[in-house]
Amino acid sequence: MLVVMSGARALMEALKREKVKVVFGIPGGANLPIYDELLNHDVRHVLARHEQCAAHMADGYARASGWAGVCFATSGPGTTNLVTGIANAYMDSSPVIAVTGQVSRPFIGRDAFQETDAIGITAPITKHNIQPSKASEIPLAIRTAFYVATTGRPGPVLIDIPKDVQTEVEEVEFPEKVKIRGYTPYPPIDPQLVHQAVALIANSRKPVILAGGGVKYSNASKGLLELSETLMAPVATSFMGKGAFPEDHPLSIGIVGMHGNPVANKLVQEADLLIGVGFRFSDRTTGKVGEFCSDAKLIHIDIDEAEIGKNKRVDAAIVGDAGEALSMMLKQIREGGFKASEDWGRRLEEVKSQLQAEEEGEGGLKPPAVIKEMRRLLPRNAIVTTEVGQNQMWASLHFKAYMPRTFISSGGLGTMGFGFPAAIGAKVAVPEVPVVDIAGDGSFAMTENSLATSVAENIPVIVVILNNRMLGMVAQWQRLFYDRRYSAVKLDKPDFVKLAEAYGAQGLRPQSLEEFREAFKKALKCDVTTVIDVPIDPEEDVMPMIPPGGGLKDMIEVA
Amino acid sequence: MDDISVIAALVEHKPGVLFKVSNLFRRRGFNIENITVGPIETSDLARMTITVKGDEATRDQVVKQLRKLIEVVHVEVLKPESLVQRELALIKVKVDSPETRREIMDYTSIFRGRVVDVSPESMIVEITGTPDKMDAFINLMLKYGIIEIARTGVTALTRGKASITTSYPLMLELGE
Repeated sequence: MLVVMSGARALMEALKREKVKVVFGIPGGANLPIYDELLNHDVRHVLARHEQCAAHMADGYARASGWAGVCFATSGPGTTNLVTGIANAYMDSSPVIAVTGQVSRPFIGRDAFQETDAIGITAPITKHNIQPSKASEIPLAIRTAFYVATTGRPGPVLIDIPKDVQTEVEEVEFPEKVKIRGYTPYPPIDPQLVHQAVALIANSRKPVILAGGGVKYSNASKGLLELSETLMAPVATSFMGKGAFPEDHPLSIGIVGMHGNPVANKLVQEADLLIGVGFRFSDRTTGKVGEFCSDAKLIHIDIDEAEIGKNKRVDAAIVGDAGEALSMMLKQIREGGFKASEDWGRRLEEVKSQLQAEEEGEGGLKPPAVIKEMRRLLPRNAIVTTEVGQNQMWASLHFKAYMPRTFISSGGLGTMGFGFPAAIGAKVAVPEVPVVDIAGDGSFAMTENSLATSVAENIPVIVVILNNRMLGMVAQWQRLFYDRRYSAVKLDKPDFVKLAEAYGAQGLRPQSLEEFREAFKKALKCDVTTVIDVPIDPEEDVMPMIPPGGGLKDMIEVA
Repeated sequence: MDDISVIAALVEHKPGVLFKVSNLFRRRGFNIENITVGPIETSDLARMTITVKGDEATRDQVVKQLRKLIEVVHVEVLKPESLVQRELALIKVKVDSPETRREIMDYTSIFRGRVVDVSPESMIVEITGTPDKMDAFINLMLKYGIIEIARTGVTALTRGKASITTSYPLMLELGE
């Protein structure tokens, strides 16, 4: 049905059809018509204080909710400020929809005020981008954007709308379905390939499953659990896969990689078969990729065929949805009858108990103890986001995630400043559960202005800063690999308690683990954003780690 | 190891698509030998013929990464054993004597080329063929002195009835 309306109105109507209830953004010259139209609609707008934060909020919203997150920005600097957030979403396959204003059509290409080539800049960091050239093209552009962003391997999509297209009044039509001839989000799985994979499983004695972010995106955690229990195979996750498998399950061995769990790093090396599901052989997961599982057979399941063989040659590959692939495999395995090796189960027990014994005796205000304390105080479904750096790796090692979408972190791009705005986005998506940003002082300082958003918009989250007054991870590398020559890593400012208070948030500074426990309980009960500034030893390293360029066997367990 | 592969792609015939394709190659570090583009008269698609240098793994990645672009509708690696490849070049050669002119005209006719422009000091020769043939002709011209060359890059089709334009609708049905 054709209706006459402006481009801005068509945009808002189209967003409502995509069930958009909240938008994170900042107005500016080139998206004023959209912001004016916003007043006529029942869509919540969360005002960010920097476009990068708006994009991270949309990203956090998407990862927590399982639906797309939307952000708005104006042209030029608004768009370029979004770039980090979009690239972050792209690297972690998060469905973020960015709607940017553009200068009016007659000005495009003339270096007009606040003009930038949004399509050119974002082409390499989006799954798709579109610049509607008429108001009537907007509904299809939005329909396409959501379809592309949320299906197959998810990813960000940018829609760049010239200002005069926003005000142009035209007959528009809202399409129900979108058909894109160059896009097949769910390629049909070839049963022959499943058969090949199952044959490898049948011949294995020491299988390990490695689950990645794709398991979460395809809601395949149940199939993963069934497969691991059927094979009695230990399950490691990539960093992005954390939460895809409950980390308190007897078969869970934690994350693998540069700062992986020693159990995972050991058993992955000993495996004779690695079943990789929805992960991409990222260098942070594999270490030196040539050495990664070099004696094992490899099965790779991924929805993105370009990931097959991109970084590592594999013995069997299944292109398709993880959940579907897992159920097809399970069916064949059950029909064939697989007998798990008891020796392998015993080896898992042995490595796990060895490591548990080594872990005893931690106390004081040390990062692992603080994080474990948080886990004890939080419900199972609480959401944790992290900043980037040491805090992130401590969180990933010591915070056990029990369900998908509860551990949200910047894996691929490693964007400092991600955690706090992402926490705000996650809290908007799932307001009923506590959301905590495990932060470092350097990273939090990059987007601390989101405190204004958090307080003004009444989105209470908890920020726990593991404050070593350092760019901690850089300092750790300088300590370990540059002979302790510290270059540009000392921070020491600001006073985060005063900073929090300046924004109208609550600031607390515990001096012991007991005080931290009380502070955290207070924060959980409180309905305002709370920043808990935890002073920690600047010399503290994240261990274990694999030195840069090394393989899993080069893991250093103690500095 | 470094083989030449010829890849044909059907893409949306819209502004910016060539940029997205070429930018993909740059970003992923693939080495394009050449790329030719032209609209398909019978549809709203354009056909790109892309020649890539690299081993099999590189070629596979090129194809897979191309397929990921929403604007790329269909991609095929053309079978080298049944490939018809053509390139067109315009070559402007220095001419300093009637003998030289005669020689160049002879070579041109041996290569089934055409002389398309003559001036007192130069000639332009149009030549069509496989990249090898073009190179051979250009080598012959070097001794006379080449003033300028414009080469189109390779365009290619596979022999026989098969066609990527007809196999594309089949792909669509599979995808649905």
